[in-house]
Amino acid sequence: MNDTIRRSAAAQAAALAAGEITSEDLTCAHLDRIRAVDTDLNAFLHVSEEEALTTARDVDARRSAGEELHPLAGVPIAVKDVAVTEGIPTTAGSKMLEGWLPPYDATLVATLRSAGLPILGKTNMDEFAMGSSTESSAFGPTRNPWDRERIPGGSGGGSSAAVASYEAPLAIGSDTGGSIRQPGAVTGTVGVKPTYGSVSRYGLIALASSLDQAGPVARTVEDAALLHELIAGHDPLDSTSLPDPVGAYAEAAHRKDVRGMRIGVISELEGEGFDPEVRARFTESLAQLEQAGAEIVPISCPNFRYALGAYYLIMPSEASSNLAKFDGMRFGLRVVPEDSPTAESVMKATRGAGFGQEAKRRILLGTYALSAGYYDAYYGSAQKVRTLVQGDFSAAFDQVDVLASPTSPTVAFRLGEKIDDPLAMYLNDIATIPANLAGVPGISVPSGLAEDGLPAGIQFLAPTRADERLYRIGGALEALLEDAWGGPLLAKAPELVSGAN
Amino acid sequence: MPSIGRDDVARLADLARIQLTDEEVDRLAGEFDAIIDAVASVSEVATADVPATSHPIPMTNVFREDVVGQTLTQEQALSGAPEAEDGRFAVPQILGEE
Repeated sequence: MNDTIRRSAAAQAAALAAGEITSEDLTCAHLDRIRAVDTDLNAFLHVSEEEALTTARDVDARRSAGEELHPLAGVPIAVKDVAVTEGIPTTAGSKMLEGWLPPYDATLVATLRSAGLPILGKTNMDEFAMGSSTESSAFGPTRNPWDRERIPGGSGGGSSAAVASYEAPLAIGSDTGGSIRQPGAVTGTVGVKPTYGSVSRYGLIALASSLDQAGPVARTVEDAALLHELIAGHDPLDSTSLPDPVGAYAEAAHRKDVRGMRIGVISELEGEGFDPEVRARFTESLAQLEQAGAEIVPISCPNFRYALGAYYLIMPSEASSNLAKFDGMRFGLRVVPEDSPTAESVMKATRGAGFGQEAKRRILLGTYALSAGYYDAYYGSAQKVRTLVQGDFSAAFDQVDVLASPTSPTVAFRLGEKIDDPLAMYLNDIATIPANLAGVPGISVPSGLAEDGLPAGIQFLAPTRADERLYRIGGALEALLEDAWGGPLLAKAPELVSGAN
Repeated sequence: MPSIGRDDVARLADLARIQLTDEEVDRLAGEFDAIIDAVASVSEVATADVPATSHPIPMTNVFREDVVGQTLTQEQALSGAPEAEDGRFAVPQILGEE
């Protein structure tokens, strides 16, 4: 069973369907793995052992009875703590929601439950998804399975670490400026930010509603595609949900053929600020694709240099509004000051005590950007940059099928290295942010080992609603690189020692 | 560009209803100018002729039929309340503030 948890979700699903294993045994094996390594990694904020085993046994019984099941039925999954789960504690990494039991399920959680995926638990994240390192979690950072002194990326570092360390074959992430893709890059896993509106946002604790998008976290491109197919689709409870039919992502991942594909290399996202070995793995990946018949074309997206600025105005502005609901009145933390408390003094005390430093920083930044006298200069200008970035994408996609860049400028940095320098932290998202501003989909696939022997990722971006292209090129590159490496990149990760600390 | 000082940070915190300690006001006041400087570059290209985009994918209004649906029960809605009374959220005094 120790070997089974290292297989892909697709292989685990096949073993379940063939009756080689039961979901109960598979779920137990993952729970054992969590018990063995998570004290050290801190990828999970809550492990829902009983719920997971109940689902697993139910799926096993239905399978024995000959019922037709979803292909992923019985395959366990971890869910980022940003998605509300009825009866399972949900905190979004914040003290504000410590101990809160949501009274309903996010739509994607309800989908996982009805498809019969045992939910192993809730994964750690930067507080309210604000960060690139998982260090702003109120419950301590998650550690990178490749090097436990390093960050696992963020905000979804818990999901990426869980998948990379075989605690879960699949996980749910959410990506507002790179929070699925960057953790994927620095942990040697696969992460996909779907087209905005592809996956319902209903029941995701919102950071920035016009940027947030949930998506799959996995070890292989095929697994990401299978999970994306499951969670995508129109949801009447989310007014921004796309009415489109769900694409054939797994089929695209299986194609492994890039002949005739035109890949644009974004010249603004490969030079200064990107580490040499990260760039070398990127260039080598492109060479593999070129050899397999793809055409590589340099593309300039001149307005991308303003994307980071626009993002750090729009996201805090939307966050300052979205986080106004945490006021100590209806749910979550309430702090009552002494001497004749009023609603306003309770709100202030609650928000002062419940929010961490990064949440406070961004709420105040957003309040500033939206305040009278500054609105046009900051928020208004940022919304215009958004138009310009969309224009760059649209011009680029007239010439090429997909765009490419390194996912993150560096490999995983050390815990604590950037925590006191917000600007240095924000630069981690330089390559991932443009996709969120424009709503286009993106994938990060491992590109090899770079600085200090740590994983790096390559990012592909496609036009909105063309998510299939990401799975097609991602699946093809993964196969080419694994041939060259003699196996998956994760096989090179150091063994985690049980209970090490 | 105006520099953002302690008073500005305190005013913003007041608007956002967040109680900050003196140390927090000091730290945020020290960081804000650098962050604002870094993001202010957006105004270089945001000229009058560029339209603003608020939503990544253009969509028209989305409506649903006005029919009774399943919602949370009163008990569920109050299940996470810090304080509840007679089937309602109980909140601190809201009238009579200055």
